[in-house]
Amino acid sequence: MGVIRRGGSFVLKVNPILCDGFGHCHELAPDLVDIDEWGYPIIKKEPTPTGNVQALQSARYAVRGCPRQALRIERIADQP
Amino acid sequence: MISANALPRLLHHASGRPLSLDEHDHEFGPINPKADLLTELRDSGLTGRGGAGFPTSKKVELLGEQRGHGKFVVVNAMEGEPSSHKDLALLNANPHLVIDGAEMLAHMIGAKRIAICVSRDNPIVINHVKRALHERTRRSLRGPEIELHTPPWRYVAGEESALVHWLDDNESLPQYRPHRPTILRIGRSAVLVDNAETCANVGLIGRYGAQWYRQLGTASSPGSTLVSVTGAVDRPHVIEVALGTPVKAILEVAGADTDPLAILLGGYGGTWFSGENIRLPFATEFLAEVGASVGAGVIMVLPKQACGLMETYRITKWMANESARQCGPCAFGLPALADDLHQLVQGGKDRKQSLDRLVQRAAEIDGRGACKHPDGVVRMVRTALQVFSKDLQNHINGSPCVGSRGTKFYATVPKFEREEDLVWE
Ligand code: SF4
Ligand code: SF4
Repeated sequence: MGVIRRGGSFVLKVNPILCDGFGHCHELAPDLVDIDEWGYPIIKKEPTPTGNVQALQSARYAVRGCPRQALRIERIADQP
Repeated sequence: MISANALPRLLHHASGRPLSLDEHDHEFGPINPKADLLTELRDSGLTGRGGAGFPTSKKVELLGEQRGHGKFVVVNAMEGEPSSHKDLALLNANPHLVIDGAEMLAHMIGAKRIAICVSRDNPIVINHVKRALHERTRRSLRGPEIELHTPPWRYVAGEESALVHWLDDNESLPQYRPHRPTILRIGRSAVLVDNAETCANVGLIGRYGAQWYRQLGTASSPGSTLVSVTGAVDRPHVIEVALGTPVKAILEVAGADTDPLAILLGGYGGTWFSGENIRLPFATEFLAEVGASVGAGVIMVLPKQACGLMETYRITKWMANESARQCGPCAFGLPALADDLHQLVQGGKDRKQSLDRLVQRAAEIDGRGACKHPDGVVRMVRTALQVFSKDLQNHINGSPCVGSRGTKFYATVPKFEREEDLVWE
């Protein structure tokens, strides 16, 4: 597990072409990922502060747990 | 030289057969060799004519900054919209103007190769382009190498990333681009994709300059544009109009119904537009007031006796079938939208719930595909629910209009193909 940087925020991004709707991400990060009626993830669009360690951790689990490696964490720097 | 404030410009001398290279030189005159093309392009304010309306000069600058010698210019004449015929009409009239524009773009970004893409369902246009290219090689003009490519015709095959994917890897499937604007690539070479009409406009700007170009159109949408008028018309038309011409005037010139129920603007992923608004000028800054845009210049006219919901259902069903089926929300969501619409139109038992479901599903699907295909359908469906709100109530109350039981439809929907018959390469 990498270093948790302070400051800034992050969003999860899914590559919809790779995603096959296994739904693991929803189970691993229920707060960040909702699921639609066909089993495909609906990702929370609002950025989550990186300080929210639990959320970041669950996002990392989701990224690692995705069988198609379709998820990525994208960091957003704070506005100076 | 053709005069600045007379139309047509792009379809100048359209006579049913394309101008040969000699005729083209005679009609349009020489290319100004001294012009600073990029400055002229920036001053002209030309925006892309393929639908997104992105400023062409910005795109050129972005590509100009890319390194490497193997850059490509791709001329997109795929005409994915079933109700659009403008790129084909243009190549049928002035293929050399399009090629001139592509060469200028190649010169600006330092590209050595040009690919002209026409879908393989258009043998006549392909022949015209082949002949044009042959005329050019005979004259041994030095310049970029020009190839003609003929991908299969699919709605999403004309989407720029799908087109580049086809050139790169022979598959007309859109690519995932999390960050925009993205530089698309063939192998490792950066690619500039521009619509054929955009290229033709560049061909004019490179000859006569930005000032000439701006003599038609409005301040923020300069120039002229090609409009395909279909639906309730005597015969489908492609006409060239100055941007800012009232929609009503366009309908008059095209011989269409000038008191329509509604208009579908910008194609099957566009917006429905109530017939009451047809006095608005046809330019994005005015149409934005009612949430519409010029898009790829498609006007589909729906007369008073038609059922807008029925047409929306037919279009949605076809668009759902045209999904590349790469992304779940698009592959499953669009057919679901079509089903809900079918329930509504046919007045099924749970039509009230279908409406709620439709609205909710539309919100769910929006923005979740790799390309904009589902977003376009969602926009079309949403605006239909607004524009046809009165009909919608009637359908829900169980007294649908006569049009929905009729057999005459206005939106051209191509033959419905089975999933296994869809050709992507
Ligand atoms: S875990 Fe991966 S493949 Fe499964 S639904 Fe989530 S993003 Fe899609
Ligand atoms: S959104 Fe639809 S059309 Fe676009 S890439 Fe995904 S599946 Fe294909």
